[in-house]
Amino acid sequence: MTQYILRRFLLSVPVLAGILLVTFAMARLIPGDPCRSMLGEKATKGICDRWNHAKGLDKPVVAQFGIYVTDILHGDFGESLQYGKPVTQLLVERLPMTIELSFSSLLFSMVVGIPLGILSAIKHNSWVDVTTMVGANIGVSMPVFFLGLMLAYVFSLLLKDTPFWLPPSGRVSPGIANNPFHEVWGLTIPAAGPMYSVFFFLARLNILNALLTGNWALLKDSITHLILPSVALGTIPMALIARIARSSMLEVLGQDYIRTARAKGLTQPMVVLKHAFRNSLLPLVTVIGLSLGSLLGGAVLTETIFGLSGVGRSLYDSITARDYGIVQGFTVVVAMFFVVLNLIVCVSRSAHSPAVVPESPRASFWF
Amino acid sequence: MSSLESRAGELDIEGLSLTSVSLWQITWRRLFRRKSAIVGMIVLGMLIFIALTAQWIAPYDPLQVLIGKEAVRGRQDPCIHLLGCPADQPQHLAGTDGNVRDFFSRLLYGARLSLIVGFSTVTFAIIIGTVLGAVGGYFGGWPDNIIMRFMDVLLAFPSLLLAIAIVTVLGPGLINALLAIGIVSIPAYARVVRASVLTVRELDFVSATRALGGNSYQILFRRILPNALTPLIVQGTLGIATAILDAAALSFLGLGAQPPTPEWGSMLGAERNQVFTAPHLVFLPGAAIALTVLSFNLLGDGLRDALDPRLAHVS
Repeated sequence: MTQYILRRFLLSVPVLAGILLVTFAMARLIPGDPCRSMLGEKATKGICDRWNHAKGLDKPVVAQFGIYVTDILHGDFGESLQYGKPVTQLLVERLPMTIELSFSSLLFSMVVGIPLGILSAIKHNSWVDVTTMVGANIGVSMPVFFLGLMLAYVFSLLLKDTPFWLPPSGRVSPGIANNPFHEVWGLTIPAAGPMYSVFFFLARLNILNALLTGNWALLKDSITHLILPSVALGTIPMALIARIARSSMLEVLGQDYIRTARAKGLTQPMVVLKHAFRNSLLPLVTVIGLSLGSLLGGAVLTETIFGLSGVGRSLYDSITARDYGIVQGFTVVVAMFFVVLNLIVCVSRSAHSPAVVPESPRASFWF
Repeated sequence: MSSLESRAGELDIEGLSLTSVSLWQITWRRLFRRKSAIVGMIVLGMLIFIALTAQWIAPYDPLQVLIGKEAVRGRQDPCIHLLGCPADQPQHLAGTDGNVRDFFSRLLYGARLSLIVGFSTVTFAIIIGTVLGAVGGYFGGWPDNIIMRFMDVLLAFPSLLLAIAIVTVLGPGLINALLAIGIVSIPAYARVVRASVLTVRELDFVSATRALGGNSYQILFRRILPNALTPLIVQGTLGIATAILDAAALSFLGLGAQPPTPEWGSMLGAERNQVFTAPHLVFLPGAAIALTVLSFNLLGDGLRDALDPRLAHVS
């Protein structure tokens, strides 16, 4: 077991190195002189030479890659031209929104997808099953941006002046107090540095902050703002989870030990939840784990539509400005996160069933 | 040893009939037994028809700006004569967009672009992926290691994000977006082909070819790859769905097809701020994308069940 975990861990090292190599190569492949594209067409040769020297661009490519890797290991992902800030700082400011959105989407997809999948497996070939599977097929085919806009249209315009109205954009309504928990608690923290970043990062997780400070108005407001984006982003994973849960349940329900459990006289809920569901978890763990990575990617579309200032939104803004720093920084962070997630999924899978030596399927397939 | 015919005759006596059917006939029959696959094929057939005949059935040129030609404004609601739109007004089945172009014609032409996008990216990815997977699986050793580790790296990125990064480097545009999506989908095919090659490589008929003096090329292309076709077709059909979805997303973000190209994703992106005032301009292209993707997904699922009976219970 330990050996397996260690081997998986060592296998992900070349992948991490490859990720760095690919993102580095991309930055070098951008057409045109990096200096001119960063400082503008009018930059003189003298200025460019100085800039290239400062950025280490006058060194050989191998040395440049070395600098890039060292920088990333020190938490320096370069600089964003558009915002005039280090990418790391932007990530600290904006990643909390994206994390909140991804996790709430995942929560939505699990809370809806798993029961639907189980239900349609139990009532195999009934109308519940057929409806769920038709719905799941439509769900996986739904473009995130289209679904998001339609949800905004229905819940913000058509259902206006009803209790079902939901805000179409933004993260919190204006006028709602959002004091960081460390200020409320009266903690004294340094004004800068990594410690400050950690506190700042945690305080930007609105729901966590609201819970820590007991700010119920903020909690309610944050959740109402999160519902539509989460549904839009979570629909494809939800449909996939429902499908996997169903097929995996169907397989388990046909096993002999389920018949034994029924023969013992156990009730249906007992059989389904204690005997069948637990054994059908393995494929579900994989899908759920890998969905999270693709949710972080899909956040680009959702945040753009719902005007949420997360990392995905800044990525969208930086595309038109050709601000490659943030694209590179975010891509590296998400890819690394993804590799770690893969590792966790593999290890937890092997903990469930040691015989499985899983290949890692691609999460992107799911959106 | 009796011939096949006489044995078939024997079986006939016992009330069974044995006629030879090819794999494709079996697949075809199984495919027609599934309602969802039939729905997928009908929708797809209609889309292909629309794509092929767009220039004849579209009432207007999709790029023609109607300012000064007709008494229409931008973002006009649909005007259908049959549904009581005054006859003196020009008929626009889906209204006009922000640049006063006939939206219905643009929708029809969009089908053409979407199908081209789907087929071309997947063809590109299949060709490259097959070569990489076949070489890796057949020869093994260090080529296999290098290829598959590189595929692992590509798989470590969420596909849309990697495509965005590639297009940012290459510059926005339809061709670059297609290239990006093609590159991003290579690993899936490489893995499928490699897995099939690994299975088939050790089978007796391959050893027989080798014993008969067949070279690597013959073994790989004449014996092994035809056996990898089945999973490739399934993966390819489902891959077209993903490719169309990703391409639409890139165009929506302004990285793919550039205006005034009638592409559904970019049409939706251009009108997205009008969702509260002219919802049909957002709804129609979005629904068209969803319908196209759905039809490929249904067909792909049906093909998977039809081609691989072992998977019949998994849907």
